[in-house]
Amino acid sequence: MLKVTKYVLHDIVRNKILIAYTVFLFVLSCCMFYLDENPDKAVSSLLTIINIIVPLVSMIFTTSYFYNSYEFIELLVAQPLKRTNILLGEYIGIAGSLTVALIIGLGIPICMYALNPLALTLFYTGILLSLIFTSLAFLCSVATRDKAKGMGLSLLIWFFFSVIYDGLILGILYSFSDYPLEKTVLVLTAFNPIDLGRIIVMLQMDVSALMGYTGALYKTILGTNWGLFISVAILLVWFIVPLLICVKIFKKKNL
Amino acid sequence: MARKIVFLFILLIAQCSIALAQQKLIVGPKEKYTTIEKALAASKNGDEIIVKKGIYTSLNITINKSITLTGQGQPVLDGKGKDEVLTILVNGVTVNGFIIKNTNIGSSKDYAGIRVFKANNVKIINNTLQNTFFGIYLSDADDILVKNNKLTGTGHPTQSGNGIHLWQCNRIKIENNTIRRHRDGIYFEFAKQSLIQNNLSEQNNRYGLHFMFSDDDKYIDNTFRNNGSGVAVMYTKRITMLKNVFEKNTGSSSYGLLLKDISDSRIEHNKFSLNTTGIYFEGCSRINVTNNDFLQNGWAIRLLANCESDHFENNNFKGNTFDLSTNGTHFQNKFINNYWDKYEGYDMDRNKIGDVPYRPVSLYSQVLEKMPYAVMLMRSLMVNLLDKAEKAIPSITPEIIKDEQPRIQSIAR
Repeated sequence: MLKVTKYVLHDIVRNKILIAYTVFLFVLSCCMFYLDENPDKAVSSLLTIINIIVPLVSMIFTTSYFYNSYEFIELLVAQPLKRTNILLGEYIGIAGSLTVALIIGLGIPICMYALNPLALTLFYTGILLSLIFTSLAFLCSVATRDKAKGMGLSLLIWFFFSVIYDGLILGILYSFSDYPLEKTVLVLTAFNPIDLGRIIVMLQMDVSALMGYTGALYKTILGTNWGLFISVAILLVWFIVPLLICVKIFKKKNL
Repeated sequence: MARKIVFLFILLIAQCSIALAQQKLIVGPKEKYTTIEKALAASKNGDEIIVKKGIYTSLNITINKSITLTGQGQPVLDGKGKDEVLTILVNGVTVNGFIIKNTNIGSSKDYAGIRVFKANNVKIINNTLQNTFFGIYLSDADDILVKNNKLTGTGHPTQSGNGIHLWQCNRIKIENNTIRRHRDGIYFEFAKQSLIQNNLSEQNNRYGLHFMFSDDDKYIDNTFRNNGSGVAVMYTKRITMLKNVFEKNTGSSSYGLLLKDISDSRIEHNKFSLNTTGIYFEGCSRINVTNNDFLQNGWAIRLLANCESDHFENNNFKGNTFDLSTNGTHFQNKFINNYWDKYEGYDMDRNKIGDVPYRPVSLYSQVLEKMPYAVMLMRSLMVNLLDKAEKAIPSITPEIIKDEQPRIQSIAR
């Protein structure tokens, strides 16, 4: 399994897209921290960007890489290797390199400019988002044979979670605004990994606003250690379950 | 001439005799008077009663002579939870240097540590009040000085009274006091032309400062921190609030400063940080809000549509989740020359004033006014897109609310 990972890593370093991603993240975060006099403001701008960029890059990079190395995977399958090991090896290689990119591109600037709990929370949610969207992208690529279809599907998933989902929630809130919807919104947002990651960071950033109105309810539910534990657990489910399904499909798949 | 000298001489003797008549009565476990009541009974107007260190049971000692009551080495007056501790009923009394403890707690009567009733020119200095229902209670009193006192209430959610309570008073000075764990830290009703300076009011159950119908008062250099609902002031004209700090007042109905029906007032050089709402304006007119700092509040300002002619200038808005929210499209107030950290304009002529106006009301804050649950969507891509679209083509947010000359750099203080 680790041997597969080694090949994957070697290949990724050679094709330079990931290096470009790392440099982009690094320059972006440095600029944000450097330009804003208040590091918390920089974190809030970074949150917006990380929540868009990290899932998008994870999705596209993983899907395209998977299809590009399809022949290599076919070759590996022909060898006396377990299919589970092949897939997990690929996964560890890709997700690991995306995580390393985030550690260098975001982690180092945070250590340099704003080493505080808020920025670290952003960093951790960024890593979890990378893992989650890599495993969702694996699911897309394993589920379809056609490259265009796989890419389209993964882009659709990204678009759904980052824009459409929130739009739907807003629509639901508007149409049912006469009903008490606090808990419903809470449950609905928990089903979207991007929203959940955003809320975990927001609970530290906008404490004052969240203490007002119904925000206080969310603060008391999610702001406690127990709430944090549950939200991280849900994020881990988002990362593990698609991967398991993906392994299951890949085992039986006729390549 | 000689007659005049004689007259002056007589006057001098007369004064000396008065001075001689001004006795010092000493109270202590081993002194002539063992209780304050006995010394009071023996005293005349103008005397000084000196109380030595010790613990004295004080079941509502009533001072009805113009005396000075001085504590040496912080003697304790213990009310034992039965009644009030000290009541002052005449002019010109001074109470200095006592620890006053344990008043009764009641729902029909306001038991106080020190009560001043229909008396003027009273000084209450250097006292420590502990576990009192009401701390210092002034009613129908003028020209009172309350200075250097430390008040700690019961902290009980229902059975606690106000720290410093004023009813129908004029020209009061409240300086350098610390008030904790009361219901309202400082409470005024019909207290006029008073000065409140350098006080710290924190951890009170309800408001750090609460006043109604108290015109012409000045509030300078006070700190109101971590109170249940912040500071609330109502139905008052011509108040001046300078250099105060309002911080960490968080909660669903908590405001750094709540203003209701206030007019012709000045709010300058104050700092509002980490409050759910920095300032809430309802029915306020002709208020000058200048040179204040609004830092990391949920809502820096909530300005209801029934306010008019309020003027906001030279304020810093930094790190607030929302800068301004309002509840209508009617707007007759003015924002000018403030610094907003969310401003995204440019400054081509390099005069440090942005060339395009800043609109402090975001679409999303308007949405939240109608649907508070939507707070969960804050900072999502969807909401950012909506806000950007709204900024380009305003449709829901009132177009009239804007700062025509926003600053590019924050104002250093």
